[in-house]
Amino acid sequence: MTSAAADKRANAGTRVVIAMSGGVDSSVAAALLVEQGYDVIGLMLRLWSDAPASAAHGGHNKCCAPDAIIEARAIAGQLAIPFYVVDAQQIFREQVVQFFLDGYSAGTTPNPCLECNRHIRWTFLLNEALSLGAQYLATGHFARVQQLPASWQLLRGTDAAKDQSYVLSVLNQQQLAHAMFPVGAYTKAEVRELARGFGLPVHSRRDSQDLCFLPDGDYRPFLQQHAPAALKPGAITDSSGRQVGVHAGLPLYTIGQRKGLRLAGPEPQYVVAMDAAANTLRVGPRTALESTRLRAERVNWVAGTVPAAAFQAQVQIRAHGTPAAARIMPEGSDEATVEFEAAVQSATPGQAAVFYAGAEVLGGGVIAP
Amino acid sequence: MRPPVYLDHAATTPVAPEVLAAMLPYFSAQFGNPSSIHRWGQQAEHAMYAARQQLAAGLNCSPDEIFFTGGGSESDNLALRGAALAAQAAGRGRHLITTAVEHHAVLHTAQQLRDHFDFDLTLLAVDAHACVSAQQLADAIRPDTVLVSLMLANNEVGSLQPVAELAAVARAHGVLFHTDAVQAASQLELDVQALGVDLLSLGAHKFYGPKGVGALYVRRGTQMLAVQTGGSQEHGLRAGTQNVPLIAGMAAALQLVLQRRAPDNAHFGQLRDSLIAGVLQRVPESRLSGHPQQRLPNHASFVFREVDGNALLMRLDLEGVAASSGSACKTGDPRPSSVLLAMGAQPDWARGSLRLSVGRATTAADVDYAVQTVERCVAALRK
Repeated sequence: MTSAAADKRANAGTRVVIAMSGGVDSSVAAALLVEQGYDVIGLMLRLWSDAPASAAHGGHNKCCAPDAIIEARAIAGQLAIPFYVVDAQQIFREQVVQFFLDGYSAGTTPNPCLECNRHIRWTFLLNEALSLGAQYLATGHFARVQQLPASWQLLRGTDAAKDQSYVLSVLNQQQLAHAMFPVGAYTKAEVRELARGFGLPVHSRRDSQDLCFLPDGDYRPFLQQHAPAALKPGAITDSSGRQVGVHAGLPLYTIGQRKGLRLAGPEPQYVVAMDAAANTLRVGPRTALESTRLRAERVNWVAGTVPAAAFQAQVQIRAHGTPAAARIMPEGSDEATVEFEAAVQSATPGQAAVFYAGAEVLGGGVIAP
Repeated sequence: MRPPVYLDHAATTPVAPEVLAAMLPYFSAQFGNPSSIHRWGQQAEHAMYAARQQLAAGLNCSPDEIFFTGGGSESDNLALRGAALAAQAAGRGRHLITTAVEHHAVLHTAQQLRDHFDFDLTLLAVDAHACVSAQQLADAIRPDTVLVSLMLANNEVGSLQPVAELAAVARAHGVLFHTDAVQAASQLELDVQALGVDLLSLGAHKFYGPKGVGALYVRRGTQMLAVQTGGSQEHGLRAGTQNVPLIAGMAAALQLVLQRRAPDNAHFGQLRDSLIAGVLQRVPESRLSGHPQQRLPNHASFVFREVDGNALLMRLDLEGVAASSGSACKTGDPRPSSVLLAMGAQPDWARGSLRLSVGRATTAADVDYAVQTVERCVAALRK
C-alpha cells in the first residue's frame, strides 16, 4: 500500500469541519482534506446581512452574500461533502462589528479580522465543530500549524506574500490543537494550480484585504450609517497644538495619511495622532510618523506562558508589513513594551503588533494609543 | 452507521415505480405535441386526455374542470391571480381573504395583489392550532369580497382546516373559495363537491409523482383571467405545450393514492403517533405544534424551547435523519417561523421547530431511530 493510501485510511475516522467562503482558498482546502481521506463537513458562517438599499444586485457585502453561499454550496456538492450554513449574525455584530465601531469611535484603527478570528472562527465556530464531533476546524488561511512533542506552533504560511499568520496571532494552544490550515504549505499560485487540478473555479471573487462586512470595501459610509456620532468635525493641530485646519471626523483618517487634509503650507503634512477625547487630529512632517517604541495591550502568548525575560524578535505592525527587529519586554500577563532597533513608520493604534521568531508566531497584541 | 432515514415527505416524495413506468413512454417513444394534428400529436393528446379523466375522477369533477400547471405553487398563483383579476376586471369587487399561515405561494400572491393591484386583503387571525372558524370568516366577508383562500392542510404544522364548513360560508355569501390542497393530497379525500370549493390546487411531487407538474381544479362557470398567455392550451387559461410525461405521471400517482389511501393512512398514522409520543416523552421542554387530532396522518411537528432549529437540522442530517423545520430554508436564517408566530408561539419556542413527516417506505425502526436521535441532538444542543 502506498503511504498516501495508508494516510487516507488512517484519516477516515477523523472528522474535520472546513469553514467555507466560496473562495478558492477554502475550496482547495476542502478538496485537499477530502483527498486526504478525512470525514469532511463544510460549514459557512452567515455573519452579516446589510445589503444597501440602493443596490438590489451586486451591492452585497462580500462574505455572506447569497452568491457566496451558492458558490460554497456548489463546491461542497462537487466534493460530495455535507454543507450547512451556520448563523452567527448576532455574535458577529456584538463581538466584531461593535468592536470595529467602538475602535473608530475611540480614535484608533481597529482590525476586526483579529477579533473575528478570536471570537467567531476560533471560538464560536470551533465550538460548533467540536460539538459536531469534529476533531479539527480547518480554514483556507495561509498559515501553518506544527505539532511539537508537547505543544503546537503557529507558523507563517509558505507564501510570504499571502501569509495570514498576522490575523491568527490571537490563537492559543487549545485552539491550535484543533486547527488545520490545508493551503498554508502552498503558494497562492500552487493553490490556483490545485484548484484547476480539482476542477474547482479559480477566480477570486474578492480581495482578502477588504473587510467582509463592508459593501464596497469602504468603511466610511459604513461608519456614517452605523456610528454617525463618531463623525464629528474638529480641529487639526500641529505638534505645538496650534490649529492648522478642520477635520471631518477622526474615523475618516488613518495614521500616515497625507492626502485630503486640505492644509496650506510648504511642507507635506501627515496624520500623526488622534485624540478622541479632544476630537483633534494631529499632523506633522514625515519624520513625526517615526517611532522606536510602542506598547501592546491584550497580548496573546501563543505558547501559553508569558516569557520570563525580555527577548529579541521580529515585530510586524501591519497585516502586510515588513517585520522589524525589536526587543520585547513582557509586562504582566497580557501587555508588552516593544523597542525597535530602528525607527518604524506609522505604528497605528488599534492594529496588531505581532512577534515572530523566524516563521514562528510567538504572540501579538494590539498597539495602544 | 445505519442508512439514513428520510422523514421529510412533506417536502417531497420519491416517484413511485408505477409512476415512473407511466411517464417513460412519453419522453422519447411517444414524444408528440398534444396540439399537433398528426398521429404523434394524437397519441400525446390521448395520454393527456386519459390523465385528465383520471384526475377528474379522483377529484369528483368533470375533466374540463381540470387545468394542468407546472406545480402546486403555479396552481395557487393561477387560482388567486386568475380569479381576483377576472373579478376586478368585471367590477365585482376588490377584497380578498386568507390567513398568515398559508403557503407563501398563496400568501405572497395575495400580498402582491394588495400591494400592486389595488386589492384589499384581510388576513384572518388563526388560533393556536393555525385554524380559523366559520364565524370568523362570515364576519370578514364584505359585499366586495371576491375570493377566499384557505389551505386544506398546513404544510408546517399539519393542521387541517375545516374547509367544507368554511367553503359553505363563502358560497352562502356568493364568494369564490380556493383551497391549497398541495400538502393534503397524499392523504385526504379531495372530493371537490363534498368540500364545496371552487378552486383547488395540487402538486404531484407531494404524492409520489414527479416535480414540476400540478393541477388546478376550476369549477365550471368560474370567471378566470389567464396569467400566462399564449396558445389556447388548457382552454386558454394556461398557455404553453403541456408536459405530457409529467402529466401522465401525476395521473398515475393520484390513481395510486386512491387505491392505497386507507392502508397508507393507517401506516402513516401509526408511525406519526409513535413519533409524537416518543419525542414528547423523551425530549424535555418539547411541544407538539399544530392540532393534536385534526392533523395530517403523516405529519408530526414540534417546537423545542431554547433550541436553534437550523442547528438541530444540521445535527440530525449528520446523524442520518433527514427532517426540516417546516419550510425549506437553507440559508441559516435564524428568524422564527412566521406561521408559528401567527399561531401565538413564543419566540423562545418558535425558533426551535422541527417537522418529521413519514412516507410509504418509513418503518417503525426508522421512527425509533429518529426519536432517539432527536433526543440526543436536542440534548447536545442544550448542553
